Amino acid sequence: MSKIATREAYGKTLARLVEQDDHIFVLDADLSGSTKTAMAKKARPGCHFNMGIAEGNMMSVAAGMAAQGNTVFASSFAMFATGRAFEQIRNSIAYPKLNVKICASHAGVTVGEDGASHQTVEDISLMRSIPNMVVLCPADAYEAEAAIEAVYHYNGPCFVRLGRSAVPTIFEEGKVSFTIGRGKTLHKGSKVALIACGIMVNESLQAYEALKSEGIEVTVIDMASIKPIDRDLIIETANTHDVIITVEEHSVIGGLGSAVSEVLSQYAPCRQVMMGVPDCFGESGTPDALLEKFHLKAADIVSKVKEQLK
Amino acid sequence: MENLAVLQERAINIRKNIVRMVTAARSGHPGGSLSAVEIVETIYFTQMNVDENNVDDVLRDKFVLSKGHASPVLYATLAEKGFIKEEDLISFRKLGSPLQGHPSMRLVRGVDMSTGSLGQGISAAVGMALANKAQGAPYRVYALLGDGECEEGQVWEAAMAAAHYQLDNLLAVVDYNGLQIDGNITEVMNPLPFDEKFKAFGWHVIYLADGHDFEAIYQACEEAKTVKGKPTVIIAKTVKGKGISFMENQANWHGVAPSEEECTRALAELKGGNA
Repeated sequence: MSKIATREAYGKTLARLVEQDDHIFVLDADLSGSTKTAMAKKARPGCHFNMGIAEGNMMSVAAGMAAQGNTVFASSFAMFATGRAFEQIRNSIAYPKLNVKICASHAGVTVGEDGASHQTVEDISLMRSIPNMVVLCPADAYEAEAAIEAVYHYNGPCFVRLGRSAVPTIFEEGKVSFTIGRGKTLHKGSKVALIACGIMVNESLQAYEALKSEGIEVTVIDMASIKPIDRDLIIETANTHDVIITVEEHSVIGGLGSAVSEVLSQYAPCRQVMMGVPDCFGESGTPDALLEKFHLKAADIVSKVKEQLK
Repeated sequence: MENLAVLQERAINIRKNIVRMVTAARSGHPGGSLSAVEIVETIYFTQMNVDENNVDDVLRDKFVLSKGHASPVLYATLAEKGFIKEEDLISFRKLGSPLQGHPSMRLVRGVDMSTGSLGQGISAAVGMALANKAQGAPYRVYALLGDGECEEGQVWEAAMAAAHYQLDNLLAVVDYNGLQIDGNITEVMNPLPFDEKFKAFGWHVIYLADGHDFEAIYQACEEAKTVKGKPTVIIAKTVKGKGISFMENQANWHGVAPSEEECTRALAELKGGNA
């Protein structure tokens, strides 16, 4: 198992796509090295435009380029892409349903040392609330590659949540498929189902192994497509389990947990426990220390599962 | 340039339709629509290469109404181009009508960008011009800004980007009517001077003392085409509510619809063609 950041996978995939398709433009806001769009610039310099530290303008510029029949990838840190430029994304991109892919890195608390100003735990919530917007949060680098490929083939606005830290790969390179609107059942157990997204999928898988060694088999679902969400899979899971635990590196308000809850409450009432960042800001620290602080490590998931089985 | 009398005659009809639309809708923005009639008409009828044959094409000359609240002047002009049926204009702002309060590119033929949130249209126009330049597409992009709109920081982010990428295929026009919804622009939040600001941002600036003079607007647009390596902005001094005596230079006609009686008076004023 290697460790690769999902932003690396984005840069690598984008570099390949821009070589194939000269109707792709890539925009960045002075973070090309960090978001990895620099890899696309290297592959085809003419496709890449640095818009400087002006995220709002960048999003509307992306809309204008898309209105000329192009596919536009616009990147910054998730905080500034979705926070600073929220209204440009809503009005310039989503309302006219323009073909812009907002691929934002450094999401969640695992930005680490930069602290709360850079740790967005609201981005999924913000993007999910906008009509026409697809929201994806891949679990590892290989699923991120497939997700980028999927949004490239989809005509319309998308938000892809990417991370800063190198994280363990859980899928096999080149062998992971991605269908917008579909979740993946990684393990089928009973009683308790873990529904996770992003780097919490790996923590959930580690929790699965630990529990299995104690004779407890839980279901593990990778819900990388948060909008549209896999309603059928959630309903089926609710009907066959006693409790669903959602796990996300995001606020428990408006994120994956809320998206799952919206399905459960309307179609298949089932007990749900939400693991995520509570209604608070992050702080400086190593990514690992922050995950521990917010009880988002595999050991925390193990405890939560056991609590539910008591 | 197209025959002056034809342009003037058409402007009267555009103004009448603006007044009819906002009256029927009982809401809308007549003041800043009436101030921009000659600018929008000149761009559509003497500059842009757009007609029934190419209006649905993605690649052609484009116009972005960055001051999206002036949608009546855009719709009325598109009706003159034949992209909207004149009799449909009356559906403006009504439930189910494609003629939204602020323009939607997905609902109306000839609307090139969805706008309404100030400051964003000019950035989208920069994006269009940048894509055209990068792909060698020989089309020009036009954007109409409000003077109050220039209080939005995003306008200056866009101005910086347009000069940085040397977008000489972009022409912006500032409808300098001097008033915004809360009053005189210099009293609400002074965005002046426009000319020195745009110059400092690297633009070619043309000042028009009379933004209702077709010949002057036309000449400025022609001059813009000769400028290489930088975008051009026309600062067009206009009269808010132009053509309707009781609306002229009145900030309170920014976003208020006339009553039926006021509408009748306005149409009568315009009828003589002396507006």
